[in-house]
Amino acid sequence: MTSASSELDTHTRTYLAVFGALAILTVVTVTVGYLSLPVGAAIVVALSIASLKGALVASFFMHLISEQKPILWLMLLTLGLLLVLIFILIIAFYDHAGTIIVA
Amino acid sequence: METIPYTVEPREDTGLINAKLGIWLFLASEVMLFGGLFSAYIFLRLGAVSWPAGSSILNVPIGTFNTLVLIGSSVTMVLSWAALAGQRFDRFRLYLGLTMLLSLLFLVVKGFEYSEKFSHHLYPSSSSFMAIYFTLTGLHALHIIGGLVVNGYLWGPGSKMWASDPERFTNRVEIAGLYWHFVDLVWIFLFPVLYLL
Repeated sequence: MTSASSELDTHTRTYLAVFGALAILTVVTVTVGYLSLPVGAAIVVALSIASLKGALVASFFMHLISEQKPILWLMLLTLGLLLVLIFILIIAFYDHAGTIIVA
Repeated sequence: METIPYTVEPREDTGLINAKLGIWLFLASEVMLFGGLFSAYIFLRLGAVSWPAGSSILNVPIGTFNTLVLIGSSVTMVLSWAALAGQRFDRFRLYLGLTMLLSLLFLVVKGFEYSEKFSHHLYPSSSSFMAIYFTLTGLHALHIIGGLVVNGYLWGPGSKMWASDPERFTNRVEIAGLYWHFVDLVWIFLFPVLYLL
């Protein structure tokens, strides 16, 4: 066996391990969903598990873990802007809480 | 004839082939597209007098099944690229074919879910929940269809490039894979938000 093909085997094993982790986390998040936690706790748990799964997909399937720096900075910037988008909206909402927008 | 630069050799300043920088820029714009709609979901939910539990309207076991199908298709996608990197064109065909079958299965299940809702007279106009549900999952399903078209091309006529320029073809499959994993990633967030919360 050449070193190139054994390196590929290692990659394949990593991909299958990530698949296993994603499948387990999916089952976990569904199980937690059936526990009928209070809404706040349910949101925190569901989004934490989803973020972990997302990080696994981005890091290993999309190879972000070994990607060139410009891509990492680009995606971190995008993630930051996404959070700004969501938080501006939530802040704006609570700023107007109690005001009837649609009669 | 002008040839597209940096399809195989990385550019000195970015350290990347152009297609890879291009797809990541596109995915960055996609993050904001879906992010805007996620924000709409949060806005609608915060402003609603009452909001239904997703599990009371949607079928959680079917959603779970589809989540596993899509995760599976992401694995076969990355394996198809790894097969090309290992010079195994036959395996590439097998794994990319599996990816397409799994994405078709996802669409069939999604279509079944939609028709279930329609038969209960649940339409986008029925409630804010149904409106954002159909908007988010509909846009996601369009992305699946887009991925199927690209993967179908790479599996079929586009695979001729393997004979003429294998390195460039391998890069094309990697780029298509990056898009596909992103579509999977979006579903990873859509599923708990719509079905479980």
